[in-house]
Amino acid sequence: MVVKSTNKYTLQRRKVVHRILEDRGDAAVVTGIGNAVHDVASANDDPKNMYLAGIMGGAAMVAFGVALAQPKRRILVITGDGELLAGIGSLATIGVEQPKNLSIIVIDNQAYGATGNQHTHTGRGVDLVGIAAASGFKKTALITTNAELEAELQHIHNQPGPYFAVVKVMSKTSPRINAPKDGTYVSRRFRAAVTGESA
Amino acid sequence: MTARRKITLDRRKVVSRILKDRGELLLVTGLGAPTWDAASVEDNPNNFYLWGGMGGAVLTGLGLALAQPKRRVLVITGDGEMLMGVGGLATVAVQKPSNLAICIVDNQRYGETGMQETHTAHGVDLAAMAAGAGFQTTSTVYTSAELNTAIPVLYNEPGPVFVDVKITAEDQPMTLPPRDGPTLKHRFRENLLGSI
Amino acid sequence: MATKKKTDWSKDVFKVLKNADVKQVAYVPDAGHTSLIKMAIADNAIKPVSLTSEQEGVAVLSGAWLGGEAGALLMQSSGVGNVINMLGMANECRFPLLMLVTMRGEWGEFNPWQVPMGQATEAVLEAAGVIVHRVDEPSEIAETVEAAARLAFEGGRMVAVLIGQRVVGFKDWTK
Repeated sequence: MVVKSTNKYTLQRRKVVHRILEDRGDAAVVTGIGNAVHDVASANDDPKNMYLAGIMGGAAMVAFGVALAQPKRRILVITGDGELLAGIGSLATIGVEQPKNLSIIVIDNQAYGATGNQHTHTGRGVDLVGIAAASGFKKTALITTNAELEAELQHIHNQPGPYFAVVKVMSKTSPRINAPKDGTYVSRRFRAAVTGESA
Repeated sequence: MTARRKITLDRRKVVSRILKDRGELLLVTGLGAPTWDAASVEDNPNNFYLWGGMGGAVLTGLGLALAQPKRRVLVITGDGEMLMGVGGLATVAVQKPSNLAICIVDNQRYGETGMQETHTAHGVDLAAMAAGAGFQTTSTVYTSAELNTAIPVLYNEPGPVFVDVKITAEDQPMTLPPRDGPTLKHRFRENLLGSI
Repeated sequence: MATKKKTDWSKDVFKVLKNADVKQVAYVPDAGHTSLIKMAIADNAIKPVSLTSEQEGVAVLSGAWLGGEAGALLMQSSGVGNVINMLGMANECRFPLLMLVTMRGEWGEFNPWQVPMGQATEAVLEAAGVIVHRVDEPSEIAETVEAAARLAFEGGRMVAVLIGQRVVGFKDWTK
């Protein structure tokens, strides 16, 4: 079944992600595949963005590895509900380790955007915030309005984590932009930017 | 997250009580100790024992439940095995199989590889994971009285239902049921369907 | 399979990992890796990560490299089946990756369900673009891991060391 383009949520994914990234400072961002890549790259193709362009289920764990290696830097994951569900056990792995500098933000349009907008599980009763809390995340939020987003920004960026939020957005797809797809280029650019090393 | 409560239940006694009046229950067991537990009660042809495929027990139960809507299906598995396929809880919850029950025998350990702690020893709450995934009926059991309340739920409550039974981490004797996959498959299907 | 031998190779392998500056060790527990896991946990300079499933390990070590740290993934051959799709990311991005795999399903295996993945491990890893080194002699394990670590971190590749079941020993079913 395909999600119709109008649902009850009013936030627009692109605006949400751009607002979050306005306050990013020197945070590094790991994106899940699909819409999330375009959301983040369209704000700014920052060298501290790691676009995971092809494979589902790894975004949270990649970010966790970066967070362990870079304890003084804030690490954000911006991903979709389908991508997170494909690696949902990661929340238990991360919940046990309690990395203070990691924030996971799920842009939840309740659809698999890159394959034709089929329903994901979050439109059918699956509560990712509840799963994160059960996995050990003490700081969680469900965001459906701009006011709630504004209130959560300090937790996303500054307060000790690990932090997990679901932002419910309209299921309309936003325009794709040309983010770099070459994994070797994006990864080396990222590593140089976050470590200061050249190779 | 579950509050820290004392764990005293013995896994063999728990599984024995659960299976005591099983009737026509179809049972899938996850690899390792849950399989030995079930086999120690009796080697019933309505048991399908997994000796591998870690992470797949609950989903195997789902497929069986969907294929046999008039039969009650119970999955008994361990915490490590459940965690490796924890996304399956979302898959199951969306399907809403009313005849499926899941029972975790949760000793908070990887039993087959040296009793290393799993994530449930560090605050991960499987019943809450199931609730987050959309299960309407979930509970965590620590006492005999709580188990008594949970057993009718496993058998009768419209599913899917999820019960996490906290058990001690003691080693128990390995009671080995048949492990040949084709034998188990043929026996189960012949018993259930009248043919293979 | 003398226990003394088993512990010795673990100690030597741990030294190799330390010399390679490994800072993150990701694992799903396996009996064959028991000592190595314990040493990683006991070492303050190493961050051990207990995974719910092995593919998380490929992702976390990719992140480790992105953040400037080297890591190692410890798993049983059955876990190799879980990592294949995630290896595509390490492949595409040319992430260095070091995997230490204890083998099942190939030497005196008791459990038939371990045999398919045990038999497929080497071919499946190679099909996914991983360079595979096999080792069946305890005395050769440490130097093989050292060579694999260099190939991974200096040569910039995905490398797996398959530690034969003959080394790790039969699982004792006669409790």
